[in-house]
Amino acid sequence: MFLLNNLILSAAPNWDRYINIAESSFLPLLKGALVYSIPMAIISFIIGITIAVLTALFRISGIKILSGIARVYISIIRGTPLLVQLFIIFFGLPRVGINLDPLTAGIIGFSLNTGAYASEIIRAAILSIPKGQWESSYSIGMSYVQSLRRIILPQATRVSIPPLSNSFISLVKDTSLASTITVAEMFRKSQEIVANTYEPLLLYSEAALIYWIICFILSLGQDQIENRLNRYVKT
Amino acid sequence: MLSIQQLHKSFGDLEVLNGIDLKVEQGKVVVVVGPSGSGKTTLLRCLNILETPTKGSVSIEGQTLDFDQKVSKKDIRTLRRKTGMVFQTYNLFPHKTALENVIEGPITVQKVDKSEAKEKGIHLLEKVGLGDKVDYYPFQLSGGQQQRVGIARALAMDPEVMLFDEPTSALDPELVGEVLRVMKELAQEGMTMVVVTHEMGFAKDVADEVIFMDNGSIVERGKPGHIFSNPKNERTRKFLNLINE
Repeated sequence: MFLLNNLILSAAPNWDRYINIAESSFLPLLKGALVYSIPMAIISFIIGITIAVLTALFRISGIKILSGIARVYISIIRGTPLLVQLFIIFFGLPRVGINLDPLTAGIIGFSLNTGAYASEIIRAAILSIPKGQWESSYSIGMSYVQSLRRIILPQATRVSIPPLSNSFISLVKDTSLASTITVAEMFRKSQEIVANTYEPLLLYSEAALIYWIICFILSLGQDQIENRLNRYVKT
Repeated sequence: MLSIQQLHKSFGDLEVLNGIDLKVEQGKVVVVVGPSGSGKTTLLRCLNILETPTKGSVSIEGQTLDFDQKVSKKDIRTLRRKTGMVFQTYNLFPHKTALENVIEGPITVQKVDKSEAKEKGIHLLEKVGLGDKVDYYPFQLSGGQQQRVGIARALAMDPEVMLFDEPTSALDPELVGEVLRVMKELAQEGMTMVVVTHEMGFAKDVADEVIFMDNGSIVERGKPGHIFSNPKNERTRKFLNLINE
């Protein structure tokens, strides 16, 4: 009787303990997200989009050297795993005297990665704008750069918002890879807590939930932007 | 004021224009007619270098571009600013309102002060009968209204010559009249115009000269009365018969 009692007790989940761990881990995880994951994603995305626009313009420039550079860059980044890229930048580059702190290494890796993927999105968006838009810009005396900036890119932006949102959401989740190069972002925080508590299911689920909430908020933001940019299109 | 000499244009092996000569005096309206594929749209697009001629020269108001030599982009832009173009499919900027479409050129290219440009833009939209539509986006306008915005946008750059590329071909029949009316008014005000169109009524009423093109050449030219009532060339006769059927 005593033995049976003991068995039931040990099999029954210890809810108090779970709640306790979940509570005490929430703030450190949130801090990892707010201080590292999200800023890293935002900064990398801004740099990445800048690289992407330049790369897209290189590719459609019709100048062989420029489009060649763009092609090689896209090919290398898309053809190698992000994790390997991060390892090369953080663990590899010190061999040639380039020492980067983990966060910088992460931002460089994520920016280059975003730049390559997003450049194809932006290139497609630019090419999707009818030729007549270029021609009417030219016909009122605008230069290539003026046409691009005032007429083509604003329209291409609208087209590229859904796929770019995809990229950004992927990026937010990919920042978890920075845990491997010692950035103290959310996923690494959860790993550290698992090491102390031996509760992988609880902690990793908690991390997953926070990623999901962040991405859910982002997709709400995407809807907002789309609505604003769709004001000049028949719905 | 506008003249072209021995203008050639080919796309690869395809010769689209073979040696066109044309002079348009200030304030005159020249209407170009001809079957599709005759090169009339290409001719018009060569006048503001949306197509780069293969050979020959284009002069507008004292500036000559000679395409037997290399022509700089800057010179092309300078020449372009003397022309205004109206497209078959309007090509309005969809992300800008009617007024923003009209003032885009003055603000971006001529660096005109924004409030000044707006004032002029509203005036131009009123002139084409759209004073009540200044803040409408193109998708909120009918084809005829869009095309009139297109005309106002071209006029905003104070062009020396207006080029019309089948401006009514994409319009529903009941909307053609409002666009032709605006064009007629422009002609009466003394605007120099080159018009590619299938609207023979407009040609008869407004044109100072009608040019009939076929196979990349000017086959016949003359006063509208002469071309329409007494065409000399066999191909002109055939074309006009087809149109009148």
